[in-house]
Amino acid sequence: MTDCLWLDEKTEDSITQNSPEQEGLDDGPDFLSEEDRGSRAVNVDLQTDATLQVDISDALSERDKVKFTVHTKSTLPNFKQNEFSVVRQHEEFIWLHDSFVENEEYAGYIIPPAPPRPDFDASREKLQKLGEGEGSMTKEEFTKMKQELEAEYLAIFKKTVAMHEVFLCRVAAHPVLRKDLNFHVFLEYNQDLSVRGKNKKEKLEDFFKNVVKSADGVLVAGVKDVDDFFEHEKTFLLEYHNRVKDASAKSDRMIRSHKNAADDINRMASSLYALGTQDATDICKFFLKVSELFEKTRKIEARVAADEDLKLADLLKYYLRESQAAKDLLYRRSRSLVDYENANKALDKARAKNRDVLQAETSQQLCCHKFEKISESAKQELIDFKTRRVAAFRKNLVELAELELKHAKGNLQLLQSCMGVLKGNT
Amino acid sequence: MAASSDRSPPPFSSAAEQPEEAAPADMADGDSDEGEDIFVNNTNPVAVSRGVSQPERVSEEPPDLFTEEEEAGNTNTKSNGVHSDDDNDLFADAHVELNTDKSGSSDRKELSSSSSSSSGPLPSSSFTQNPALVQPSSLEQLEEEEAKDSFDLDVAVTNPEKVGDGMNAYVAYKVSTRTSLAMFRNKTFSVRRRFSDFLGLYEKLSVKQSHHGCIIPPPPEKSVVGMTKVKVGMDDPSSVEFVERRRAALERYLQRIVSHPSLLQDPDVREFLEREELPRAVNTQALSGAGFLKMINKASEAVNKMTIKMNESDTWFEDRFQEVENEEQQLRKLQAVVDSLVNHRKELCGNTAVFAKSMAMLGNSEDNTALSRALSQLAEVEDKMEQLHQEQAASDFFIFAELLGDYIRLLGAVRGCFDQRTRAWQRWQEAQSTLQKKRESEAKLLWANKPEKLQQAKEEIADWEARVTQYERDFDRIGMTVRKEVLRFEKEKAKDFKSQIIRYLEAMVQSQQRLIKFWEAFLPEAKAIA
Repeated sequence: MTDCLWLDEKTEDSITQNSPEQEGLDDGPDFLSEEDRGSRAVNVDLQTDATLQVDISDALSERDKVKFTVHTKSTLPNFKQNEFSVVRQHEEFIWLHDSFVENEEYAGYIIPPAPPRPDFDASREKLQKLGEGEGSMTKEEFTKMKQELEAEYLAIFKKTVAMHEVFLCRVAAHPVLRKDLNFHVFLEYNQDLSVRGKNKKEKLEDFFKNVVKSADGVLVAGVKDVDDFFEHEKTFLLEYHNRVKDASAKSDRMIRSHKNAADDINRMASSLYALGTQDATDICKFFLKVSELFEKTRKIEARVAADEDLKLADLLKYYLRESQAAKDLLYRRSRSLVDYENANKALDKARAKNRDVLQAETSQQLCCHKFEKISESAKQELIDFKTRRVAAFRKNLVELAELELKHAKGNLQLLQSCMGVLKGNT
Repeated sequence: MAASSDRSPPPFSSAAEQPEEAAPADMADGDSDEGEDIFVNNTNPVAVSRGVSQPERVSEEPPDLFTEEEEAGNTNTKSNGVHSDDDNDLFADAHVELNTDKSGSSDRKELSSSSSSSSGPLPSSSFTQNPALVQPSSLEQLEEEEAKDSFDLDVAVTNPEKVGDGMNAYVAYKVSTRTSLAMFRNKTFSVRRRFSDFLGLYEKLSVKQSHHGCIIPPPPEKSVVGMTKVKVGMDDPSSVEFVERRRAALERYLQRIVSHPSLLQDPDVREFLEREELPRAVNTQALSGAGFLKMINKASEAVNKMTIKMNESDTWFEDRFQEVENEEQQLRKLQAVVDSLVNHRKELCGNTAVFAKSMAMLGNSEDNTALSRALSQLAEVEDKMEQLHQEQAASDFFIFAELLGDYIRLLGAVRGCFDQRTRAWQRWQEAQSTLQKKRESEAKLLWANKPEKLQQAKEEIADWEARVTQYERDFDRIGMTVRKEVLRFEKEKAKDFKSQIIRYLEAMVQSQQRLIKFWEAFLPEAKAIA
């Protein structure tokens, strides 16, 4: 089964056509695009399967929604054509995900986690604040900050596209889910699926469902499993999930501090530039050089923060969601085990009373069957989950280390050459 | 003025200077001083300003606490013709500067003075050293630079110690001097001073007529909060940092004073350096009567400044003044940004440490052994990064931020000089108008024919005429002094900034190199995940 590993920057190319329609936004200084983005070749095993390939070839950002162009290539007979595209919005992805979750048939599988909602609010707010504060800063400062914010916007945009794509790829790679009818409709039907977002009542229902589920989950979790494998997995996943959650939150904070520090270096550069332009003396030239240096190092620092974000923080976030999905699977299995045991008890009671025995028997058989089916597929899913996880971590950690090294070396070279010039002038 | 100097004006504690001297003078053994000879190799843990001696005698500094070398800084003092030797002797030994680490404890390195040959005072000194230090290679480069000046006096502030208890406690610093100047009783000596003594010195210097027009380096600011913490006896890192920061600032302050040719001659300065017990400078207390008086004076001066517009015949002064104001503004802005950077880096430190722990936990719960190991390694790398960030923050702060702070205060002092000149001008103008009035009244008396009063009037006129001439001369003199001082200041500032920024960049270079090492060590671990 091919697996869609943590998505690489393959989406980079596919987004080149996009034009976020925010005022004044352009493809800006694409500081996220690096040569080594072409490492998709190393991408472990995305789509080696020609029977169904899905990707997001384009994306458009409008006022408050993002439109993804989902592009499918398939040799399967179910589809009318071999290659086609449709436009989908975030809600439609959620609908698809929920339909999987609610489908009893899929109770034994890890449902690929839904992509998070595209959230440009923070970025938009900053852009707005910048616009308001335009009067209070110099032209250069303004342009610089604007460019940065645009780059940030672009980065968030790329990330959200990547996450939606990963979801689709995971579904496409799953031997059972890829055959799902809803999925095919999602891929092919080129009209609006008119899935409205949940209204308040439904959201409330969901909320209660979740509460019940977690309470239930606690009860169910208390039931010791006969099967060692699952018992081990349960304890493992619980702990792992919590720790990933913690690590994810902390990595976010760390990266944010990093970005803040990089911003400060930026302002230092501007300040030094202002000092340097006061005069034409030696010391002023010195300031100008240093200001230039800081500009460059800050760009590198910003990239380091961005890469850490991509390789580390996003990885952790993704596995947070996946481990939750795995936990959900275990919960469903435990639930069905409890049901099975209850059915057994009911059968015994019925036999004792010698009433409705047939009914109890069929219901017990159903539960047994369901339980076994889930157990079997769950085992396989969990093993795959492990393999995927290890591979994804490996890939990302290696890339993280390589990028850190690359940037540090770049930074070092920059500093050393600048120092050479500065000292030479003294 | 100083005797022939073929040397350029002494730099403001610029760290990059290494004075080099062609011929060491023969002097009596510098070891023959009483008390602790902090400048000669001994095991007294004392931080001493280090200087560099002649080129031949350059010695490597031993690695210091922070595994990074410190830079030699120096302050030079002109001999002012006092010293009989025209060749200022360099200290024969290269001394290493040991710095107090943040704990302010007396953990110092040994001095590595190679020989005790006493050649006389070391060419100066130390720049306040702190955590971020420079590599040995740069020290060698510095040591090979041409000496511009020779140094007659080297001063260091070390050993902060808390004296007393409770709210009356204070911190006493050891001020050590080493000199070959004849005006001092000994060649090396030290005294204990407290912060108010430093302030007192400044007060005394600023009121002296003879120093009007000079840029008198201002001492570091008072800090009620900081001091209260120290008094209360908290040994936490922030009060340790506070004491260290203050010690370093006081050292720079003294070095700037002694490197100023005319200030060095001042008897108050000498007394400060030499005298065992100094009368307590009470009028430096914030809440004293003298304190209030000062505030009122400052206020009235400010008002004065606004009302009198000087008739500037020389645009040079106006231009310079404008420049100074602009620069001060820019520096303040820059300082605010650097402060923000320091804070963010500290935050980054904290967050990285927390993240490292979290990663370690994750690694523990991961059941694939190779991945688990890699995650623990990552946690370690992040831990090391945290340390790096910490040092970088310290460097940001101690090198950059303090530099900016010093210069903002110095620019204030520069403005002060300009004000003094303005006031001198005012005095002169007022005297002239008084003279005019006296002349008019004399004329009136002449008319009214009152001989006794006439006599008196004539005397007064003569008196005021003398005054007018005096004030005019004063004004011109101050003008010249200000000019000279400003030029000297500009030079010093340029040198200082350059050397400090280079130091800062060198610290950055070091930290990048270490970063590379860490990640290089990690990469194979990551690749080994299977």
